[in-house]
Amino acid sequence: METLMDILTELHPDVDFDSCETLVDDKILDSFDIITIITELNSQLDVTIPADKIVPENFNSAKALWALVEELQDE
Amino acid sequence: MSFVSFEFLLFLLILFVLYYTLPRRFQWMLLLVGSLVFYAFASPKYLIYIAVTAMSTWAAGRAISAEYRGRDSYIKETPDITKEQKKARKEAAKKKAKTIMVLCLVLNLGILAVIKYTDFFISNINSLFGADIAFMRFALPMGISFYTFMSAGYIIDVFRGKYAAEENPARFALFVSFFPQLVQGPISRFDDLSKSLYEEHAFDAQSITHGAWRVLWGYFKKMVVADRLAPLVAGIAGSPDKYAGGYVLALIFFYSLQIYADFTGGIDITIGIAKMFGVKVTENFDRPFFSRNIAEFWRRWHITMGTWFKDYIFYPVSVSKWMMKVSKWSRAKLGNTVGKRVPVYLSTILVWLATGIWHGASWNFVVWGLLNCVVIMISQEISPLYDKFHKRFSFSNTKGWDIFQMFRTFWLMGFLRVLDVYRDVPLTFRMVPTIFSGRGWSEMFSGGLLKFGLSTADFVVVLAACIVMLVVGILQGRGTVCGQLSEKPRAVRWTVIWVLIVIIITLGAYGIGYDAAQFIYNQF
Amino acid sequence: MKKRIISIAAAVIVLAATFFLLQRLLMPKYISVNEEGGLAAEYYDNAGNNDVIFIGDCEVYTNYSPIKMWTERGITSYIRGTPQQMIWQAYYMLEDALRYETPKVVIYNVLSMKHGEPESEAYNRLALDGMRWSSTKYRAIKASMTEEESVISYVFPLLRFHSRWSEITAEDFEYMFKTEPLSHNGYLMRIDTKPAGTVPDPIPLPDYSFAQVCWDYLEKIRSLCEDNGIQLILVKAPTLYPAWYPQWEEQIEAYAKEHGLTYLNFLEKTEEIGIDYTKDTFDAGMHLNLSGAEKLAAWLADYLADNTAVSDRRGDTATAEQWQKKIEFYEAMQASQKKQLEENGSLNSFR
Repeated sequence: METLMDILTELHPDVDFDSCETLVDDKILDSFDIITIITELNSQLDVTIPADKIVPENFNSAKALWALVEELQDE
Repeated sequence: MSFVSFEFLLFLLILFVLYYTLPRRFQWMLLLVGSLVFYAFASPKYLIYIAVTAMSTWAAGRAISAEYRGRDSYIKETPDITKEQKKARKEAAKKKAKTIMVLCLVLNLGILAVIKYTDFFISNINSLFGADIAFMRFALPMGISFYTFMSAGYIIDVFRGKYAAEENPARFALFVSFFPQLVQGPISRFDDLSKSLYEEHAFDAQSITHGAWRVLWGYFKKMVVADRLAPLVAGIAGSPDKYAGGYVLALIFFYSLQIYADFTGGIDITIGIAKMFGVKVTENFDRPFFSRNIAEFWRRWHITMGTWFKDYIFYPVSVSKWMMKVSKWSRAKLGNTVGKRVPVYLSTILVWLATGIWHGASWNFVVWGLLNCVVIMISQEISPLYDKFHKRFSFSNTKGWDIFQMFRTFWLMGFLRVLDVYRDVPLTFRMVPTIFSGRGWSEMFSGGLLKFGLSTADFVVVLAACIVMLVVGILQGRGTVCGQLSEKPRAVRWTVIWVLIVIIITLGAYGIGYDAAQFIYNQF
Repeated sequence: MKKRIISIAAAVIVLAATFFLLQRLLMPKYISVNEEGGLAAEYYDNAGNNDVIFIGDCEVYTNYSPIKMWTERGITSYIRGTPQQMIWQAYYMLEDALRYETPKVVIYNVLSMKHGEPESEAYNRLALDGMRWSSTKYRAIKASMTEEESVISYVFPLLRFHSRWSEITAEDFEYMFKTEPLSHNGYLMRIDTKPAGTVPDPIPLPDYSFAQVCWDYLEKIRSLCEDNGIQLILVKAPTLYPAWYPQWEEQIEAYAKEHGLTYLNFLEKTEEIGIDYTKDTFDAGMHLNLSGAEKLAAWLADYLADNTAVSDRRGDTATAEQWQKKIEFYEAMQASQKKQLEENGSLNSFR
């Protein structure tokens, strides 16, 4: 979780990722950001997020994203 | 059967009456029959193409879903299944499904590629090697780019397990051929469209009225603005030797207006008609000329195409295993800051190449796509700087600054679009600089612009229509205009509609233009 | 529900009324420009009592004066000519006229035999928009349309003329619901003179045979006359230009002979009629002016009175009264044109 938060904060230092639940819906994260996050996660945690998991529900909050990472690590 | 024709209105009327008088379980079948009739009117010979795409995609989707069902029942019904067994079964199913999907994509994108790009390919071979291969000159079946992309999106979604495949071939054929969106899109997604497409619809006066309003508004944009400007744009672009300098700037401006009115108007007609049949078609525009930068513009213009490329090309390519490797390699070799951007930028370039090619089979579209890409990347790169600038200067948060940004985006997009008008890369790069040469300006304003069949009165109409479109755009920012209009008293509502109809009929640029001189009895 | 139906009905009525008014406003009025456009509609106010009907292009409506035929021999006649009238239009003009009256003689000017296919949308409009609605008009439209045209624009001419919105003048408002007669039983008067000079030599044609469709319509005209007991006379107006080729002459002569029709080629009778091309034409020999049209009408009136079933109607008081008014209008226009010529040296308007 900490790794994820670091990645996110580096991208957008001024956003409160603990509470925000509309990261995609409010266009805080654009497609560039999403890809950057996925590549970072891949290099740092060795999880691969496949394209079909890139849906707003998974990227709207840090919590949801972390749940996705854990689910993928579990497989 | 063009949207702007009496035949189409008659067709619509008949279909509409049948739709709400026949038993409701026949409604979707009627839409299918209507769509086939519509298609047959345009090009009966090409029904075969759309039939092949619809049926092959339907069969492939069904096969994939069957595969997944087999997998699920195996996992469920095998007692004491181990995690490894489960995984192996899943992978086997995925592999099989992938083969089916790839075959389906190769077939249908292949048809599109052959029909749309063979001549482009031949002309490049010819000019590269001095060969003289004859062109194939395939006629493009109506809507092929749209229905092929819709089918491709569907099969990928079924493969991804986003939804189960449609079992009924006729219902699937309706999704692919639904007539209002055959001409210029949008590129609908199956899960968005299917529910309201197959549902039974009661006669809902409110929704039908709103649909009709939207259709009227679309006709207004198309007939009063776009079709009026068409001869002017074609005239200037058609004689680049004669019309340079100031004319090129006028061309940029009027072409931007024309394409906006034509495309958004067409989509308004599409969405409005669908709504009159109770079908909800995805929005394709979100007031694009209010965008403050190009990236935003592309999120608000031809939205369904943008999201299609994002979901089916940009994301899969960016997160592919191969790209992850590239990313690791580039970080190691180029350092973290640069390396991190490599995958995103590579995918971006790919998407814009594809977007360019999608618009048309010629180099001007390729160059146009890449230029869009370059502008977006530059603005991405300078955005930190931009943020600093915003913090430093207070005026950057004012309305005026917003308007300046919109203005800038309008012209930037306009300049890129010149490639689309001249359809010739070297010519475009020769013409654009003439704007700054001072040529043509005085001629243009001393009657030059009146030589293309548009009178001063026509320009006044265009200006007035632009003001109306602007006001409607601002109103749209506060919610749907239909919604706002329905809250007004009946007298206001009906007057607005009455005025709109009278304006379309009277000021619309349709039919044979009146020229008193034609009627002068000059022969015998 | 009831309220809803009433309000929808009201909306439809308001919209229909709007379109009706717009159409009235935007249709060309043919009063001070393109006056020929009014010819087709003027017929209906003068139908019912004509013994002779002319059909054809400008070679009928500029070259014969029905008023002169009346004053000379008491013959009632009407010219259903329109600019560059195609032979199918001539046929339907006749068919249309037969809904109102059955003349004794029909005179067809053969020049339109040379046009084998629809050529001009504008001339179609001048011929067809003025016709009253009937199945005849529908068939006339179907036969006349060029590729770019559609029937719907004849049903709702607003769809054709909407683009006149930027050109409307006071005249369009003034004549929204009325019109003014400009012709004298289909004759458009011109009193000015432009003498004929040298006429260009006719250009040889690759093929002189008339199109089959023209023969078909000529045959339809002939049998329509036959069925109604009407004598059909073929004429060729005495105009120097455009050329009338001997090869064409032969074909018409042969047809007339085959069917026992009278064919009068006035080009061969100019001396007998007394036409003087230095005085009797307003455009150097293409069309006759009033003086020429009266000479030709006088000759034709004599011919018809002596050789056909038409009779002198001057003894019929009701008819004579009607025609007296026509004569007054004719003389007034003549005086007005004379005045214009004296004042300006040229004609500004027919009236």
